[in-house]
Amino acid sequence: MPRIGQILRRLSGMTVSLLGLSVLIFVISRVLPGNPARMALGAMASDEQVAELAAEMGLNKPLPLQYVDYMRRLLVGDLGQSLQTKNSVAHDLVTKFPATLELITLAFTFMVVFGIPLGIIAAKHHGGILDNATRFFAFSTVSVPSFFIGIVFQLVFGYFLNWFPITGRLSSAYSDEVVRATGFMLVDTLLSGSVAAHVDAWSHILLPALALSFSGMGQIIRITRSSMIDVEGQDYIEAMRGYGLPTWMITDKYTLKNAFVPTLTILGLQYAWLLSGAFIIEIVYSWPGLAKYGVQSVLTSDVNAVVGVTMLVGFVFVVVNFVVDLLTSYIDPRIGLAGESA
Amino acid sequence: MSIDTLSFDTSGLDRIVSPARRELWYRSYRRFANQPMSVIGLVIVVTITLAAVFAPYIAPYPEQVGSFTDFANAYHPPSLDHPFGTDSAGRDILTRVIFGYRIALLLVAVVLGLGVPVGVMLGLVAGYAGGWVDTIIMRITDTFLALPPLVLALAIASAFEPTLEIAMFAIASLWWTWYARLARGLAASLSDEEYVQAAELAGASRTHILFRELLPNCLSPLLVKATLDAGIVVLTGASLSFIGLGVQPPRPGLGTMVADGTQYLPAEWWISIFPGFAIFVLVMGFNMLGDGLRDLFDVEVEQ
Repeated sequence: MPRIGQILRRLSGMTVSLLGLSVLIFVISRVLPGNPARMALGAMASDEQVAELAAEMGLNKPLPLQYVDYMRRLLVGDLGQSLQTKNSVAHDLVTKFPATLELITLAFTFMVVFGIPLGIIAAKHHGGILDNATRFFAFSTVSVPSFFIGIVFQLVFGYFLNWFPITGRLSSAYSDEVVRATGFMLVDTLLSGSVAAHVDAWSHILLPALALSFSGMGQIIRITRSSMIDVEGQDYIEAMRGYGLPTWMITDKYTLKNAFVPTLTILGLQYAWLLSGAFIIEIVYSWPGLAKYGVQSVLTSDVNAVVGVTMLVGFVFVVVNFVVDLLTSYIDPRIGLAGESA
Repeated sequence: MSIDTLSFDTSGLDRIVSPARRELWYRSYRRFANQPMSVIGLVIVVTITLAAVFAPYIAPYPEQVGSFTDFANAYHPPSLDHPFGTDSAGRDILTRVIFGYRIALLLVAVVLGLGVPVGVMLGLVAGYAGGWVDTIIMRITDTFLALPPLVLALAIASAFEPTLEIAMFAIASLWWTWYARLARGLAASLSDEEYVQAAELAGASRTHILFRELLPNCLSPLLVKATLDAGIVVLTGASLSFIGLGVQPPRPGLGTMVADGTQYLPAEWWISIFPGFAIFVLVMGFNMLGDGLRDLFDVEVEQ
C-alpha cells in the first residue's frame, strides 16, 4: 500500500509533467516558424487582415505574456476557436473524444482477451512449437504498420467477404433513430432501444478496434509469457509442487497473480498508446473521433485545435502513467513508486 | 518500469585480445547463429540495405521512380514484367518500393544518427553528474516522453510545409529522449562500479570517465535499443507519410504509396498492399535482429 507521502510526491511530479507539457506545446504552437494568423486566413489575405487577426489572437504580445494568457485560458478550459469547424475547440474535443474512447476501449479489451491467454499458452509450452508460433505472431503484430493491417482487414472482411462495413460508426439508415446521449455509440443505440442499430454499431466498430489492438498485442503476449516463466521458476512454486498441489491450482492461485504485475504496467501504458495508434486507424476507417479531428487540424494548420488535441492526449498519458504507478505499488508494495529513484 | 533494472554482460568488452576472448566471440556467434529468427532478421536487414544502396542498378525500371507517367501501362496487376504491378500513373511498383526503402533507411540513419549521440551525451552527463543537472535534464526528458512520438511529430510537422525533411526533423527532435533515459540509468548504476572509482582516484578527468570508462560499457544495450528502435522509426515515418505529412508525391515514400493506393481499393489492391507489406518486412527484420542481439548481449532493454 503506497504511503500518503509517496502519493503526494508523485502527484506533484505529475503536476510538473503537466506544466512541462503545456510549455512544450506552447513552444511548438507559437515559436516555431509559420504565422498562425497567416495560416488561418490563407495566402489570399491582405497584410492588414493578418495583422488584425494576429492582434486579436494576442500574437503581438511578448511570449511570456502570451504563455500566461494561454495558461489562464487553459485552466478554465478555454482552448479558443477552431478555424476549421468554427466551434470552440473545447466543444469539439468533448464531442469527438467519446468516439475515440469507445474505439480504444474495445481495442484494449481485444488486446487483453487475446494477448494474455496467448502469453500463458506460450509460457506453458515454453520452447515448443506453440511457443514459437506465438512468438512469431507477437513479432508480426509489433512490426506491422497499423494502417496496413487496417487496409488488409478492410479488403478481406469488408470488400471480399462483405461481413463488415469498412468506414464510419453507424449506417445512415439508423442515424435518425439514435439519440446522442453519451456519445458512445454502443451505449446510445441501446438507450434508443433499437437492437438493429446496436448490431449495426458493433459491425462498424469491430474491424477498426481489432486492427488497433494489434499494435500492442505483441507486447502483452511477450510480457505475459516471460513473467509467467519467471514466476514458474521461483522456489515457492516448486514448493507448491512438492506439496502435491494440482498444476491448475498453482497457476490459478499463485503464478498468475504474481506474474500479473509486469503485465499490468504494460497494460496501463498500452491503453495510452492506443490513443496514438488511433491517429492512424481513425483515418483508415473514417472514424469520426479525436484523432481524425487532430489530423485534419494538422493538415489545415488549425493551431488552436492542434494545441487542444495534443494537450488532451498528453494529459491522458500523464494521468494514465500516474494511475499505473499507484496500482502497481498497491499490488506489489515492494515496488517503490516510479520517479522516486529517478 | 525503470532502466535501473538493466543487467548486462560486460565480460565481452575487455580490451585484451586473447584466446579466451576469441573463444567468447565464437560462442556468441554460435549463440546468435543458433536462433533462426535472428539470422533471418539479419538477412532481411542486410538484403534490404544493399537493395536500397544499389537501387539504381537493381531496380527493374529506375526511370519510373518519380513523376514518370505511362498511362497506357497503368493499373497492371502483378505479372512477370511487373512483379508488384503498376500504379495509377503506370509506374512499376517494385521499383518504387526499392527506392522507398532508400528513403526509409535514410530516415533511420538521420533520426538515430542525431538522436543517439545527443541522447547518450545528455544521459551520461545527467547520470554521472547527478544533482540539479540530473534533475533538469531528466525533467525535460520526461516531458518529451509524456507524449507519444507520433502525436508530437504531428504537432511539430503542423507548423511547417509537409516534406520528408520536416518529418525527419520532427522525428529526430524527439528520439534523443529514449537514449537519454537509457544512458542515464546506465551511467548512474555504473558510477558506483569499482573501475569508475578507481579511475576517479587515479585523477582521471570527467570527460575521460564519461567517454572512456562509462560509454564503452553502455554500448551493447545501446546497440540493441537502436536496432529495435530502427523499426519504430520506420513505422513512425511511414505513418506520417500515410497521413500526408511526410514524403510527398511523386517521391516514392512507402507510406505515401499505401495512402495513394487506398483510392483504388479493392480492385487495384496491389497498389497499397505491396508497399505496405514492404514496410512490414523491413520492420520485422529490425525487430528479429534486435531481439537476437538482445539475447546475444544478454541485456534487458525497455521498449
